[in-house]
Amino acid sequence: MEPFKKLSAIAAPFPQKNVDTDFIIRVERCTGTPREQLGSHAFEMARFLKDGSPDPDFVLNQPRYRGAQILVCGEFFGTGSSREMAVWALAGMGIRCLIAPSFGQIFYGNCFQNGLLPIVLPSTQVDALMKQAEAGKTFDVDLEAQRINGAQPFEISARRRKMMLQGLDELGLTLAMEPEIAAFEAADRARRPWIYP
Amino acid sequence: MAGRTLFDKIWDLHVVDELGDGMQLMFVDRHLIHELSGHRGQLEIARRGLKMRNPELAVGSMDHVVSTAPGSRGGNAPWADKIIETFRAEGKKSGMKIYDIGQDGQGIVHVVGPELGFTLPGTLLVCGDSHTCTHGALGSLAWGIGTTELVHVLATQTIVQQKPKKMRVDFRGAPARGVVAKDLILALIGKIGTAGGMGYAVEYADEAIRGLSAEGRMTVCNLSIELGAKVGMIAPDQTTYDYLKGRRHAPAGAHWEQALAHWKTLPSDADAKFDTEHAIDCASLAPQITWGTSPEDVIGVDGRIPDHKPDALAYMGLAAGKPIAGTKVDRVFIGSCTNSRLPDLRAAAEVVKGRKAAKHVQAWVVPGSWRIKQDAEAEGLHEVFRAAGFEWREAGCSMCVAANGDYVAPLERCVSTSNRNFVGRQGPRARTHLASPAMAAAAAIAGEIVDVRGF
Repeated sequence: MEPFKKLSAIAAPFPQKNVDTDFIIRVERCTGTPREQLGSHAFEMARFLKDGSPDPDFVLNQPRYRGAQILVCGEFFGTGSSREMAVWALAGMGIRCLIAPSFGQIFYGNCFQNGLLPIVLPSTQVDALMKQAEAGKTFDVDLEAQRINGAQPFEISARRRKMMLQGLDELGLTLAMEPEIAAFEAADRARRPWIYP
Repeated sequence: MAGRTLFDKIWDLHVVDELGDGMQLMFVDRHLIHELSGHRGQLEIARRGLKMRNPELAVGSMDHVVSTAPGSRGGNAPWADKIIETFRAEGKKSGMKIYDIGQDGQGIVHVVGPELGFTLPGTLLVCGDSHTCTHGALGSLAWGIGTTELVHVLATQTIVQQKPKKMRVDFRGAPARGVVAKDLILALIGKIGTAGGMGYAVEYADEAIRGLSAEGRMTVCNLSIELGAKVGMIAPDQTTYDYLKGRRHAPAGAHWEQALAHWKTLPSDADAKFDTEHAIDCASLAPQITWGTSPEDVIGVDGRIPDHKPDALAYMGLAAGKPIAGTKVDRVFIGSCTNSRLPDLRAAAEVVKGRKAAKHVQAWVVPGSWRIKQDAEAEGLHEVFRAAGFEWREAGCSMCVAANGDYVAPLERCVSTSNRNFVGRQGPRARTHLASPAMAAAAAIAGEIVDVRGF
């Protein structure tokens, strides 16, 4: 996984509430589309006109937000399905950080698995950042210092922070814990034999 | 010592190790796998040179991309057949059990898990699908996972999680005739919103929940994710044990007795503490129906369309202030992991019997599993539906997620027994109204949204 330390990038305002993962990536793109191509289909229901050309009203199609790597989002971004393709699609279009008052819980976990930093802040603080994004400001996100633009602090679990900073893969860490897992399983087989066929 | 909740008791039994900072490594007892998220996970562990650690603790089924066209035995397209074939071949290599198309045991994962007795009280169960919360209906601690987590479970039989907070919801009083499990949970989502359960494991309790069948409880728990909660559960009781006994993967003999003794210790202690509590007065509820593009956009069928979400109304082609009843519909879909079980099909058939679907309505019934289809046919339910002009189809997810090409056409209005009315969920520009099976059946007959209590 690519480590996330500091990011200096354009932030696009995305105030819509309850953006669900179906809206981020349609299910048809989750069936056979290669992961690296998902970015071109992100938000397709809002991003393209009926003839397939970019909809100029969609925020990420506007020239000032070209190359945006941060989205400042409305509440409960990423609600709905567990499809990790929603995170892959965002990452595929270059997004590396999301800032919102709240996130869908499965989506939130999926972000950390892919080096996409989801930052939770109270609504009033997200509103203030939304205004700055609307003004076209470049944001600095510093995960080490847990600060946005040098001023706005944010909370994140220490373990998740460390894994993002170092680009650590959860699976690699757990595989090293096989002795603990095997010991648990052996004891559990004695405790709950009906679980094991 | 303070009392513990159902959730605490199961959670604590599964902690392999503390990882610090509130994160824990948890042992997974049951892994349900479907072809769409499953085949990606299988290919990924193969790519990493890893093996499935505990194939005996997994069961697979085909549901998302299978064709549900009558008589069909595969996907709707070459890409779907390729996914099915990959899942089948990789499953065989790993030694896990897969219930294939046309076999007793195939169907929507959240239908067949309980049906097979694979889902058990007190287990930690995961699946690469957000509606895994369904299994909480039998007292299982169950939640949906992403692809990377799925790979983690395949390779290590564990998952890393942060313990959520706890919420209890009491469904008080007895619901009136025509008000069923779907209405109870939709009413709760309408009351506290789709983010109301965010960060919580929810326990559903009290009189109206105790009065539900095991299948009705599955409908309630299924929509936990639409409440924002990854986990929704109901304490096991005699209804649970009667439902499970004798099922194919359920423990038998001495193991059944041992399991039963353990299960009886699981319900929350009387003095258990919850971080948040809510209550719903069930006696005053009308049958529920959604009007917008989020499950929280829900009213009683005797209500008027609200005005606070103009974008949702524009998408849905509805006018604020008008009664929701009388809204003309084009499609009816009875199916999905929410409402495709035998009691759901019986409830719909009871409304349909001796009547005809309105001429302009295309109505589908998609049983949740191969077994449910056979059992329904043995009761003659398929004839009831066919005689009324409904289409009787093969088991699968179908038009709930529309991954297999089963679509609602653009601008068409569908009353659906599924779980999500998101923009484009049932097809680009499709308009979805969520409701119970009986309400959906009544809409097909009337050709418009109608109060099933008048039928």
